[in-house]
Amino acid sequence: MRPGEAAAPDRDFVLRMHRTMLRIRIAEEQIADLVEAGEVKCPCHLYIGQEGIAAGACAALRRNDYVWGGHRSHGHYLAKGGDMKGMMAEVFGKATGCSSGRGGSMHLFAPEVGILGTVPLVAATIPLAVGSALASKVSGDGKVSVSFFGDGATEEGHFHESVNLAAVYKLPVLFVCENNFYSSHLGLLERRAADNIFKAGEAHGVPGLAIDGNDAIGVHRAAEEAVRRARRGEGPTLLECRTYRWRGHVGPSWDTDVGVKRKDELKDWLPKDPVARSASWLLERGVAKAALDALEREVRAEVEEAVAFARASPYPGEEELCTHVFHGENGGA
Amino acid sequence: MPVKAPSDQVTYLEAISRALRDAMREDPSVFLLGQDVAAYGGAFKVTAGMLEDFGPERVMNTPISESGAIGVAVGAALLGRRPVVEMQFADFISCGFNQIVNVAAKMFWRTGRPVPLVIRCPAGGGAGAGAFHSQCVEAWFLHTPGLKVVAPAFPRDAYWLLRAAIRDPDPVLYFEHKQLYRRVKAPASAVFDAGGGSDGRDGHGAGGGGAAGPPPRIGQAATLREGEHVTVISYGWTAHHALEAAEKVAAEGISVEVLDLRTLAPLDEEAVLRAARKTGRVLIAHEACLSGGFGGELAARIAEKAFEHLDAPVRRLAYPDIPVPYHRALEAACLPSAEKIAQVVRELRGW
Ligand SMILES: Cc1ncc(C[n+]2csc(CCOP(=O)(O)OP(=O)(O)O)c2C)c(N)n1
Ligand SMILES: [Mg+2]
Repeated sequence: MRPGEAAAPDRDFVLRMHRTMLRIRIAEEQIADLVEAGEVKCPCHLYIGQEGIAAGACAALRRNDYVWGGHRSHGHYLAKGGDMKGMMAEVFGKATGCSSGRGGSMHLFAPEVGILGTVPLVAATIPLAVGSALASKVSGDGKVSVSFFGDGATEEGHFHESVNLAAVYKLPVLFVCENNFYSSHLGLLERRAADNIFKAGEAHGVPGLAIDGNDAIGVHRAAEEAVRRARRGEGPTLLECRTYRWRGHVGPSWDTDVGVKRKDELKDWLPKDPVARSASWLLERGVAKAALDALEREVRAEVEEAVAFARASPYPGEEELCTHVFHGENGGA
Repeated sequence: MPVKAPSDQVTYLEAISRALRDAMREDPSVFLLGQDVAAYGGAFKVTAGMLEDFGPERVMNTPISESGAIGVAVGAALLGRRPVVEMQFADFISCGFNQIVNVAAKMFWRTGRPVPLVIRCPAGGGAGAGAFHSQCVEAWFLHTPGLKVVAPAFPRDAYWLLRAAIRDPDPVLYFEHKQLYRRVKAPASAVFDAGGGSDGRDGHGAGGGGAAGPPPRIGQAATLREGEHVTVISYGWTAHHALEAAEKVAAEGISVEVLDLRTLAPLDEEAVLRAARKTGRVLIAHEACLSGGFGGELAARIAEKAFEHLDAPVRRLAYPDIPVPYHRALEAACLPSAEKIAQVVRELRGW
């Protein structure tokens, strides 16, 4: 935010968003190391570099609002208030994980804080967010649903069908597209004729906005306005948050995308680091360097504790294999 | 992509890759469609180097739009093109379901116009990849008349069945098991040999499968091993477990006949019945879930048509009726294995 601009955000508020981003960054760096070391064998899609979006958008939500995600959702889970230990244990496949070890990194779930689920079928949760918004509208509970998805997900019919449905029913839902310009190894313009995802909103009669996804403060501002509209009963909003993932499509390495032009692009994005950005915003406004360092140490300790917890936890037992197929009586397998 | 010298071993993955290449060279109407199939060479590198060799009009990346891509392929196929669509994982074919089971499968029936379409589906578990990157979903399509379904287990079958699928006038779902990609190899001479020669199963434990013969066609099962006491019918990765199990129990004096279906639709019913009648004790093993799995259909046909030859109830060994659990130990507990197959074989022998 430029100095002198009207409603300057509250320093403590930005500090909280900063903390959220640090938790995501440090947890994921840890996961990357664990994958590299071979201790975690789960396919992990890292969110590093995109933290501003989850932190900014979730800061506009209440604890009981709903969030849906996809294959790259560690950030959404943590930003919405998901438990660090539960996530780490899930990544390890342990019984104490947030999906009881049945899912892994791509299957996070924490209904107690409104995380209704992440599903690694691209775009599959977009209509589910419309559904939870429908349930909220019908029950009048005042909750808002947020769907996080990538630029690639907008290529599935699910996306367009969902935006249209939400518009027709005027539902309290936010479509947050995290445009990191890649779907696996394919660049945006190899998959669509124009760089204009936000315009899909307009085509469906929904306000659509393209914003800087690496600016948590800006994301928060846009999300807050969209949430306000949703709660007033004015329907959905599409936010295209432009960002970049630093690591490979899947896994810890920086350069799995050899052969495409990504390698040259990353150097332009590293200086736009959302975490460094909020740190310098805070430093400029008088927060002491020592305080930020202390915060980082605190987060590191939390992550280390979560890893220790995950390591010490048991794996789910074979006797549990058939106990979760049906909610009602099991058919037996 | 350098083509390997003929004396080299060819992996299952290379056999698939070579089949695509050879088909594209021979027939200019063949083209590839899929997410990241061009410069990146596909999620598992099956199409590596093909963009360079055949150009962007024949090796086409698609957005993440399975329904759109399959529908586009059906439309192009109706006009005589021969599209081969790659799913990144077989699991995601659900997004293109309508175009397959309603549009493509019933097109010829409705209009008399063939749909020469192939959809390649990297399938199966064993990699700790969880519920959406591990499934064996062939049964979804076996319930749909109008679709052909193949599931090769060996490089030679992988090569020739893909060539046949591409030439076939009907929609073919081609299931390639991810665990076989780099693990299973055979000598190039055996894999690509178009007439006579060995059947390409040498060198990975298939005892009786060395007979000379023409390349496999769609709709033909193969006897991998001759036996007297118990018949194991299988396909895909599980066929390898069946062979291993046969080897195990041979040491105990049990002689096992192993039949690899290779094609699930149209089914080589004669081969199934022959193998069942031969020993009178049958186990059907597959990685797909038990209920509604193909084993049920086979068991029913054997019961209907070979009942008087049976000395024991037909047994099935399949995935339990649960989604694929993420943790490897749990997944291993669910997967059919040589050990589990051997155990059921012993039980059948003792019946
Ligand atoms: C229906 C479906 N098709 C394909 C895939 C394979 N896949 C997993 S992630 C991914 C790319 C997604 O790109 P995007 O939506 O931009 O998200 P990002 O990975 O960039 O966060 C693909 C193609 C999938 N998981 N689901
Ligand atoms: Mg993307």
